[in-house]
This record gives sequence, structure tokens and C-alpha cells, in this order.
Amino acid sequence: MKRDSLILFLLLPASLVIFGCQTMLTVTEKVTTVAEGVGMIDPSYARAIKKSTVAVSKSIEEFTPEQEYYIGRSVAAVILTKYQPYTNQPANQYLNLLGQTLAQASDMPEIFRGYRFLVLNSDEINAFATPGGQIFVTRGLLRFCRNEDAVAAVLAHEIGHIQLKHGIQAIKKARITDALTTIAAESARALAPNEVAMLTETFGGAIMDITTTLINNGYSRSFEYEADNAAQTILRRLGYDPNGLVEMLMVMGKNLKSGETGFAKTHPAPQDRIDEIQQKLGIKYSRVQTPETRQARFTKAVGKI
Amino acid sequence: MKQLRIFLFVTLFLCAFGLPLLSATQAFLSVQVKEGQLRSAPSFLGSVKAALAYGDRVELIEDKGAWKQVAIRKLRGWMHMSALTTKKIVLQAGAADVQTSATSSELALAGKGFNAKVEAEFKNKNKNIDYTWVDRMEMLAVKPDQMQAFLKQGQVNPPEEVAP
Repeated sequence: MKRDSLILFLLLPASLVIFGCQTMLTVTEKVTTVAEGVGMIDPSYARAIKKSTVAVSKSIEEFTPEQEYYIGRSVAAVILTKYQPYTNQPANQYLNLLGQTLAQASDMPEIFRGYRFLVLNSDEINAFATPGGQIFVTRGLLRFCRNEDAVAAVLAHEIGHIQLKHGIQAIKKARITDALTTIAAESARALAPNEVAMLTETFGGAIMDITTTLINNGYSRSFEYEADNAAQTILRRLGYDPNGLVEMLMVMGKNLKSGETGFAKTHPAPQDRIDEIQQKLGIKYSRVQTPETRQARFTKAVGKI
Repeated sequence: MKQLRIFLFVTLFLCAFGLPLLSATQAFLSVQVKEGQLRSAPSFLGSVKAALAYGDRVELIEDKGAWKQVAIRKLRGWMHMSALTTKKIVLQAGAADVQTSATSSELALAGKGFNAKVEAEFKNKNKNIDYTWVDRMEMLAVKPDQMQAFLKQGQVNPPEEVAP
């Protein structure tokens, strides 16, 4: 018996290496069952091992890009219920050409169905990004942009929020746990109708958490600075002037009235963001110079928005 | 009791150090987006050779930071890690390997969790929420060659050395 146990000790863990740890749960379960069978460990210990392995496996679970896409769609729908789309085709086409190109240079170029951009028909100064890749910018905010590099900065900042998963982090932790527990049960079988209802309720809660943060409360200052930082990287990788963001913030600083809804409420003061960008990234301001063709297409698409 | 401790210790040790060795020999990744771009070079500037489908299994050939050189069928190229997962993606619920698989940490079931069905239920309960423009936005896709043309036309010149 002693010798048998010794062989088991050496062989069973070695088998884990052969099968790889992605199958850790299955193998651990089998090994534990075998060990239990030959009397190496008692049944209660065996149960404990099985349980804790399951817990470890679940804690590393997160939403798949596909699920983030569905969260994003509904967040977008809520935003589009509160704000009207600006149905000017050239403006939206321009925003998508520019924005989707910028997204390719980000640290998260690939999301489930890609990035999409839309202008909102609102004078409010605002922009939103959903976890699914839908990005909205108001006409009011676009009016603060004097060139394509500035528009690029605004869009890159929103891409930054998606890349850094800021939207998902706005979902209350308990809700994520609820959702992932139900979803984990689903991998083995189809959900029962009451489970679908539960999941839909959690889904609705998650959509509310995100839209409340986006529209009413805003992200933390540090999230905004992180998104500015990501934007600078994206701009530089593509060859846009990082001063595009500084310039847009300067125009905003001059025009933003305190007490206004939108950006004034949900974002740090423009001057604070400029200071942060210049200090942290060591950018010294100089006026953005853009080639004529670039300026011409900017003016044509959104210059008089 | 002591035996149990040794057993657990050896198991964890091998898991921590054994797996990297194993994956160095042969590893597979799955495409976790609807259309994964297979590029000719490890950069967003590399031309797109093919689009791989959700759930496609690719073999990892070379690891270069955020870019992975992968092979599938007779194709070889570079993909950004955001398009890939180490999990195996099962496209159909109720497939045999879903039943036998122990855990969702190794498998991702496409279409599970927050999906079209949940969205439909949510829509049903919130009739005031309008998805018309969310669906229209999907049509605004820009193709890789349109992006290249857009950069060129605007004289936007990506500096080679910082391309990720």
C-alpha cells in the first residue's frame, strides 16, 4: 500500500503536466477520485479539493467579447433613447473612417463586431463609449475641434475607455458575480426559463450601472487621465499630433460654462487635463499644423457642424 | 494528512512550472471576435491577408508581444492578441465536448450568457428603448483598404518605429 501510494504521488501530478493545466479541473477531479478510492485521502478532503478547484476556475472568468458586445448594444440603445442621432451621412462616414482607423492603432484593435461611431444631435458637450465598441460624440463637442487631429483626440480618448474596460468596471461587483454564476451553469446545459429571466434582470441592472455612470456620474478622474494617456499613444502611433487633444481642451476651457450638464459635470476641468497631459507625457504645446488636404476634408465633413 | 499536503504541493508546482514548458511545444488559440484579422506583418500597418471566423482554432507559431504569428489550414500570418483567447470556443450549445468538459475556464460557449435572447427579453420589458440606430450603426463598417486610403489622403504618416 505504501509503495502504491508513492507511485501515485509521482505519477498523478506528472499526468497533469502531460494533459496541461487547462484541463486542471478534470484531471484534479479524476486524481482526487482515484486518491480517494485507494484510501489516500478521506472523502471529505476529496470534496474540499474538488470544490476549491471549481472556485479557482470561476474566479478567473470574465465576460467574453461577445457578451461585452451585447452589453454595449443595449447601453447604446439607452443613450440613443436620451439623445437623437445626427443623421448627416458625410459626418458619420468621416467619423467612422477616422475612428475605426484610430482603433486599429490602439491596444485593443479587435473587439467582437468592431468599433462604430455616431454623431449625436445635441448642443450638450459630451461623448460616450460603450463596452461593445459603439462611440457617440455630440455636435456640441465636435464644435470645439478646429482640425482633424483634435477630432482624432476626442475619438481616441473614447477608444481608450473601451480598451481600459472602464465601462465594464462601472457594473456593480455583486451583479457581475450573479451573472457569471448563472452563465457558468449554462456551459453544461441550456438555461431554464427562470434562469433566463434572472440573467435578463442582471443584464438590465448592468446596463443601468453603465449608463448612469456615463450620463450622470462620470468616471473617476483617474479613469479620465488614463483615457487621455491611451489617446496620446494612439495618436502618436498613427502620426497625428498629440497636441490635438491639448488644443481641443483649450477651446473647451474657454467655452465651457460651469454648471452645464455633460462634460462639465462628468469630466475633470479642461485645464487640469492639459496640465496632466503636459506634465506626465512631457508634451510641450505648439500649434497643430495639418496638411491642406486633411484640413479640407475635416472642414467639409464636420467643420460647420 | 501529510501525504495530502505533498500531493497538493506537487500538483500546484507542476501546474505553475509545467504548463509554460508544455505550451512552448504546441499551443492553440481561438478567435474570439466575429471576424479576426490575419495580417502579413506584426503591426496594424500589415496588410490583411484573411479574416478568420469566430471559434477558429489557430496554432501559435511565434509570440511577439501583442502580436502572435499563427497558422491555420494553409494560412500563416499575424493576429493581435485582442482577437484571441486560450479557451476553446464551442459554437453550439449542447455539443458533445461541452457536456464532457469540466469547466468554463477552458471552454467558452459562443452565444451564452448575455446574448441575443437576453437582449430580446430586455427589449420586451423596456419597450421605450429603441435599437433602430444601434442596428444602423453596424452598417458603418470601414474596410482595411479604406483605412489605408484615408491615412494616405490625409497625409497621416505612421512612424514605423512606434507601430505596435
